[in-house]
Amino acid sequence: MSWDVIFENIGRFADGAKLTLLLMIIPLAIAFVLSVALALLRDSPRLWLRSLIGGYTLVFRGTPLLIQLFLIYYGLAEFDLLRESFIWPWLSSPLICVLIAFVLNTTAYTTEIFAGGLRHLPPGEIEAARAYGLSPWAQAKRILLPAMLTRSLSLYGNETIMMLHATSLASTITLMEITGVARNITLNYYIQFEPYVTAGCIYLVLTFILVGCFRFAEWRWAAYMQPRRG
Amino acid sequence: MLSDYITTVLGAGWVSLQLAFISLVLAVVIGLLGALCKRSEHRVLRYLLAIYTTFVRGVPDLVLMLLVFYSLPALLNQSFETLGWDYQVEFSPFAAGCATLGLIFGAYMTETFRGALQGIPHGQIEAAQAYGLGRIRTFHSIVLPQMIRLALPGFTNNWLVMVKATALVSLLGLQDIMFRARGAAEATGKPFTFYLIAGGFYLAITVLSLLALAWVGRRYSMGVRGLSR
Repeated sequence: MSWDVIFENIGRFADGAKLTLLLMIIPLAIAFVLSVALALLRDSPRLWLRSLIGGYTLVFRGTPLLIQLFLIYYGLAEFDLLRESFIWPWLSSPLICVLIAFVLNTTAYTTEIFAGGLRHLPPGEIEAARAYGLSPWAQAKRILLPAMLTRSLSLYGNETIMMLHATSLASTITLMEITGVARNITLNYYIQFEPYVTAGCIYLVLTFILVGCFRFAEWRWAAYMQPRRG
Repeated sequence: MLSDYITTVLGAGWVSLQLAFISLVLAVVIGLLGALCKRSEHRVLRYLLAIYTTFVRGVPDLVLMLLVFYSLPALLNQSFETLGWDYQVEFSPFAAGCATLGLIFGAYMTETFRGALQGIPHGQIEAAQAYGLGRIRTFHSIVLPQMIRLALPGFTNNWLVMVKATALVSLLGLQDIMFRARGAAEATGKPFTFYLIAGGFYLAITVLSLLALAWVGRRYSMGVRGLSR
């Protein structure tokens, strides 16, 4: 066993963990805002809007994230028009491509989770809000949003864990997050066992922390929906 | 010329499907055993199962795959060496992919099946016993049909996630649709086209599975009372 190699490179794993967290938090933050808006429009009375959002979530939930990532990072180079345009320096950077792919992917899942939370809302609550004369804006802010967010808290927790795990795909397009560091060490030192085990342990710890945070959030904000005990 | 590449890529879809089906069978077997273990009275068995499910859910699919494909043989070979055996283990990408996906989704299936078993009212099983039905007969005609209905949404979800996860095995070198799409993309200089074709393949599988499983769902909920109108 050559665990000393891991200790020598512990700093690189720390940098990798930092990048992993960055790759998880930035897309989640952007996707959160987008999904709240899309979820409110997901069951809109307008057919074209409903089908547009439904089509988007179907396509991005129905294809592997790896393909979406490759389509954006390798695929966009096929278009000369794009290569000559001023946005190409951004689109040829792996970091930007990963962030775009992750945002598009997790927005699709989160939109469906939030929209599902809204569908469980008893119609009486919305009718009561209308009867009190709340404007659509006030209805969304005071009735729909709190109900949607608390009802989808546990599923949203799963989605953040999925996002954490999805960041490992960034290593396939040269980014040095935890998995990328582990791969790099296996290639440099010809050891197959220790780097991947270390990477696995780091992900396990990060997952435990996330699960703990969401347990707390559920206890804090969604406890009123639990059946009363005793 | 281009159409040759397209047929090669789509032909490799068969490899992905084989991988998905074999992993599914493995996952269902593990899931059924796991669900029964979770309900068992042996505490050790339940602890072992809890460790297994937390481990699988806490580590990304890709890292688990790399662990099974690279780390496990390395560990085995090292222990063989210290024992003085002259034997080298190496897994094929296909076998490693099946084993990993089976293990991962076995854990998810365990949860799905456990939930479904819990959803069957205990009175029904007692009634079956009162009618003198044997254990196998009870499982086959009382528990199983209801379990299928209750487990179907979770099962559908797991299957869809698993089909997409098969794309990861291309990173181990399995010549599946993703691997071929990559080859064709590099050979023709049309990456967008070929990754789009691969994406379309997965989307088609998703939509077909949703339709098929919705049909199964309707069949198995025939006896369930809906809201009276």
